Amino acid sequence: MGRISLRQMQVDQTGTIISVKGTGELGRRIRDMGLIPGKKIKVQGRAPLHDPVSLRIMGFTLTLRNNEADHIEVEVQ
Amino acid sequence: MSTAIALAGNPNSGKTTLFNELTGARQHVGNYPGVTVEKKQGTCVSDSGKFDIVDLPGTYSLTAYSLEEVVARDFLVNEKPSMIVNIVDASNLERNLYLSVQFMEMGIPVTIALNMMDVAKKRGIKIDIKKLSKLLNVPVVPTIARSGEGKKELLQTIASNVNGKAEPLTISYGRDIDTALDEMEEIIQSSTFLTARYRARWTAIKYLEKDQQIVESGKKEDMKVALQLEGIVKKVTGHLLATLDTHPEGIIADHRYGFINSVLKQNVIGYFQDKNRLQLSDKIDKAVTNRFLGPIIMVGILMGLYKFTFTYSEIPVGWFESFFGWIGGIADNALPEGHLKSLVISGIIDGVGGVLGFVPLIMFMFLGIAFLEDSGYLARMAFMLDRVFRMFGLHGSSVMAFIVSGGIAGGCAVPGVMATRTLKSPKERLTTLLTVPFMNCGAKLPVYALLVAAFFSKNEATVMLLITLISWVGALLVARLLRSTVIKGESTPFVMELPPYRMPTIKGILIHTWERTWQYIKKAGTVILGISIVLWAMMTFPGLPETKTQEFESLRLFIMSGVPARVLSEIETLETETIKGDNLKVTRKLSAKAMVVKKSLAQVDFDEAHAGLKNSIAGRIGSSLEGITKFAGFDWRTNIALVGGFAAKEIVVSTLGTAYSIGEVDPEETTSLSDRLKVAEGWGPLTAFSLIIFTIFYAPCFVTVVCIAKEAGSWKWAAFSVVFNTVLAFGLSVLFYQVGSIVLT
Repeated sequence: MGRISLRQMQVDQTGTIISVKGTGELGRRIRDMGLIPGKKIKVQGRAPLHDPVSLRIMGFTLTLRNNEADHIEVEVQ
Repeated sequence: MSTAIALAGNPNSGKTTLFNELTGARQHVGNYPGVTVEKKQGTCVSDSGKFDIVDLPGTYSLTAYSLEEVVARDFLVNEKPSMIVNIVDASNLERNLYLSVQFMEMGIPVTIALNMMDVAKKRGIKIDIKKLSKLLNVPVVPTIARSGEGKKELLQTIASNVNGKAEPLTISYGRDIDTALDEMEEIIQSSTFLTARYRARWTAIKYLEKDQQIVESGKKEDMKVALQLEGIVKKVTGHLLATLDTHPEGIIADHRYGFINSVLKQNVIGYFQDKNRLQLSDKIDKAVTNRFLGPIIMVGILMGLYKFTFTYSEIPVGWFESFFGWIGGIADNALPEGHLKSLVISGIIDGVGGVLGFVPLIMFMFLGIAFLEDSGYLARMAFMLDRVFRMFGLHGSSVMAFIVSGGIAGGCAVPGVMATRTLKSPKERLTTLLTVPFMNCGAKLPVYALLVAAFFSKNEATVMLLITLISWVGALLVARLLRSTVIKGESTPFVMELPPYRMPTIKGILIHTWERTWQYIKKAGTVILGISIVLWAMMTFPGLPETKTQEFESLRLFIMSGVPARVLSEIETLETETIKGDNLKVTRKLSAKAMVVKKSLAQVDFDEAHAGLKNSIAGRIGSSLEGITKFAGFDWRTNIALVGGFAAKEIVVSTLGTAYSIGEVDPEETTSLSDRLKVAEGWGPLTAFSLIIFTIFYAPCFVTVVCIAKEAGSWKWAAFSVVFNTVLAFGLSVLFYQVGSIVLT
């Protein structure tokens, strides 16, 4: 449907990671947890204050802050 | 001969459970990412041989990014264990293998314990173990750590593979990186650059990953080679940025996952259910972290914990109190009058009893916390609270240090301060370090419990919740203050796993509860007993000068001089009979005249003891501070107690106990300290709450201070926390007491 930043994804929306821009600590941490291009993700939910976001990847649940999600571009269905 | 084995794996993979299963060691089992920060060691004696097992901190990767990763890596490089037993969560295979691949790249023999086979099965995941083992070229043993299944097979496999040589795994990272790696490997090999510690190719990979630790040690090893390598890295980076708009570290991670995928895709893993099917855990999360329901549930859980702790611990608390009262009675009858008796009753029994009497309370509290921690709920709290914590310059993970320190009343700032090791950013870590002592640690609880029981007995749960709220708000505001003044800087990532909810095992919870309670008792038993005695000495010596003692003696003689012999003998018989106990009944039998005399004599005794304490070392310190502390409502007795509280907070209680039992007319009376405070002069709800506020905020106990110094790496921060906290506490108490006095009159 189009490319959007992970921050803009709705709860329960799924998509495929297109690119991961972060470098340094954040970039490495994101990649270590499997957030790399080609992986399918699904937004599982958001914290009560809408931030952080929790998402499903490779069968486990991961949390990420909105400003960290900005580094990840997703092709959504 | 025993073999050295390193246990390694992702957080929440059941590593600690397996460690306990193998070694029988008592160790804390948590469900929060990164709970095992320290190195835990144990020995496993089995039919397959004797193994020395080290439980490495749980990590997701082996970069120099977090302290745990560096610790794990350094251990593997420096201690050279015969084998890494890599715990892999079968229900989460892909991500778990990311770490395994890195172990294999290091070239140390690896055995994979494919754990949580039951969970994987339940989720419809089928793994071809033989094939996985063949493709990865390492032994793979299925296990279920919770039930101990597969333990024997695992040990046999370790034993039979331990002396084998491992063929380091070489992954292709794509043409650009591979070419650079080959070139770098040759340079490293020919100049024996860091080769004593690391494999040449591994060092090259780390250079491409821009690994701080390796790059730094490379500079120290050989500046020329280091610059040469950095040059190659720079060239490749430039090329990759220009052609693919990405960094080498990105490509390396992609290819590692690519390698894992290529293995799994060869029919190693099969899904017999929809992969994205909502698991029970996800369904629970839908409610528990719901925007509206989540916070309500969280508050409800906290309130429930309080109710649970206070309601069910009341009975055993009563047992403890009467037990120590009874021991005190025995000692009183068995020992002759004098310093020894005073030492045993006022110093030892009152001191230890005052502290141990709260053990049931603490145990119940820990039972509740252990359940929350092991079930996975605490991670959800971090998730929900991160937005709030970040506002104060902290991290969602700070919540753990806060909780351990007593964010849910009853922790201990000492492990809490150590728990800050899981925090990545030094700035958030330091801020957390300095603010966790404001939490209500288990040692402060007796102080609150005492004051609440004495003055707020009708609203116990509400007041305790209020205390928790005050300490949280205070800690967060101070954190914000610190982060915008002395500790400025940017925030660190919140990339964290939410582990699936798990029903905690009874064994796990009991070990957990017992460990923390034992920690408290041990502290109470050793440090506190010692300090109780020191304080007793401070409160007993130098004693009254001769002239003063004589004054009191002549006062007694004066009272008795006008009294008829019949009444005097009546009092004397009373005294002999008192020794046999049953003091109250005898007192009632006294004639009116004898009662009056007895009371005046008792008053003299009281005044003498009071004067004695006031003249003691502690009394002098307390009195000299009274001029300032009176603004907060504290008299010299409270001051003594607070000075003692620097040694350990629970001493505030035992010192008050000692102070009041010394000042008491009749040491026979066994009314509890809270009953004494209720009738004591200068005490009321206002004073009590002012003291509560002071206790929340003032200087941490010296054990915590030592830990802060160690963790922060400087005594400057330790001194800062002592001075800053005390000044802050005093300011708040004075404010509360003064405003309260005006409002109430």
